[in-house]
Amino acid sequence: MTDASATPTPSEAPAQEPEQDSAEPIERKSFLSWLSVGWIAFAAATGGFFTMMGRFMFPNVLFEPPQSFTIGFPDDFQIGVVDERFKDSRGIWVVRSYDGLYALSTVCTHLGCTPNWLITDNKFKCPCHGSGFRKSGINFEGPAPRPLERYKVTLTEDGQVFVDKSVKFQYEKGQWDLPGAILKV
Amino acid sequence: MLELIKNTIDFLSQPSISLTMILVAFPFVFPPTEKFDVWHRKLKLHKIWTKQGGLIGLVFITLYFFLGFTDEHFSLILKKPDNVPIIFIIYSVLFFLWLSMYQAYENDKRMAAGEPVAEYYPAKEKVLVWPDLVFIEFIALILMTVFLLIWSIALPAPLEQAANPTLSPNPAKAPWYFLGLQEMLVYFDPWIAGVLFPSLMILGLMAIPYFDRNKEGSGYYSFAQRRKSIFIFLYGWLVLWIFPIVVGTFFRGPNWNFFGPFEEWSVAKVVALSNVNLSDYIWVKMLRIGLPSNPLIRESVGIVFILAYFGVIPIVLARGKLRALLEKLGPIRYGLIVFLALAMMLLPIKMYLRWTLNLKYIIAIPEAFFNI
Ligand code: FES
Repeated sequence: MTDASATPTPSEAPAQEPEQDSAEPIERKSFLSWLSVGWIAFAAATGGFFTMMGRFMFPNVLFEPPQSFTIGFPDDFQIGVVDERFKDSRGIWVVRSYDGLYALSTVCTHLGCTPNWLITDNKFKCPCHGSGFRKSGINFEGPAPRPLERYKVTLTEDGQVFVDKSVKFQYEKGQWDLPGAILKV
Repeated sequence: MLELIKNTIDFLSQPSISLTMILVAFPFVFPPTEKFDVWHRKLKLHKIWTKQGGLIGLVFITLYFFLGFTDEHFSLILKKPDNVPIIFIIYSVLFFLWLSMYQAYENDKRMAAGEPVAEYYPAKEKVLVWPDLVFIEFIALILMTVFLLIWSIALPAPLEQAANPTLSPNPAKAPWYFLGLQEMLVYFDPWIAGVLFPSLMILGLMAIPYFDRNKEGSGYYSFAQRRKSIFIFLYGWLVLWIFPIVVGTFFRGPNWNFFGPFEEWSVAKVVALSNVNLSDYIWVKMLRIGLPSNPLIRESVGIVFILAYFGVIPIVLARGKLRALLEKLGPIRYGLIVFLALAMMLLPIKMYLRWTLNLKYIIAIPEAFFNI
């Protein structure tokens, strides 16, 4: 539609003979060997780079808070109350119901935000995409596909509550009935 | 009076209502077939793509934002530094939409009258790339830099406290260009809304030259010659991408609840919802026998539903309405196009199911993190 055809295109110019270089022509064989040297060097450099990158995945020191800890005596927790004292420091909510005491993970099962406990609505509500969880951890609204995870709770010898975050109990796998998912007190 | 207007806008802005209005209006504004075009012209909607129409639209949007700036609640959202680009985006998207549609409609008129399109005539004035164009570009570059500098000084990025993994701001919003994806995450699992759909979008856009072999409309603007392609593209761009960004920016408040633009963002707003999976509907509410323990049996209805959606519909369409398309493009192209179109329809379908039936997932296998 435009007048591009009116301007002469370079391809119409007579094709030129390839210039005879004054320098030595490169032999096919030596070209190939240089090529392989180049590729090997490139692969080695890239490989080294990725090895070093991979090394970063395993840091020398890990500043992780301890995964298991005591949180006080069972009587420190009131029945029916969601205890938020350990949310920031340990990443758990401690809930005591009539059945017993359990520790809920503060990680939303949808995409990992931290929900808020809304005391007036009696639910955990995630600010990212609106998932809601009941006090028990069961998901009932929004996109979260499964309930909050629970951590293992046991009693120490002196009667304190001991939480082990390395052991999780997932409802959808039927693990909430296993010993340790809830502490009968 | 003003209150009434604001309340009406709040009411109409609810995603369930606004999306319905957009979806209903869409084929009339961008008629994909001749039949719709008749209505399009009867309703005088083609006037939008004239100079007066553009001007009226501009005035309306500006009035809307003006109303927003004077409102105590809406102005808080509009003036938020994060949201300034979205106001730009609304203006620029609509302006360029109008500009291209205006040129397309002008050309359609010319072609209907048997005249050549506007792009046929060579430009009256010609300039050289060097120095003219390069200079203009250089000046544009400097002006843009100045603009960005002033913007970043006038509206500095907020400096907040050190990151704390146990504290998500409420509402926690993605950067504005990702808010559409975040809105999709409300309805889908992360692997679908965050991985599958974005990949389909990119691959689908890349595949357009492979699908679209219509030579008409190449090198000049035209709507009448490529109604369906433009309709599909604009559906994806405006309804599936821009609309969710606007919803995510303006209408999502604390706890990711929905708020009308003039409504106060109150953390205390309670929206009682109880979302249920399709399997719960079937086994618990209809059959009253409780969920089977085997996840595949439990979700069989949803699985059949999804397989039928992507497997049966293309075949039915190939026998009926889209037979001509199949013959023109061949089975592979046809299959891919219909698959992508069905995927594009899945988002609004899922949204409506959530809004009307409180349906959480059609297939819900949390054991394997597979939910649709
Ligand atoms: S991360 Fe909690 S709802 Fe998406």
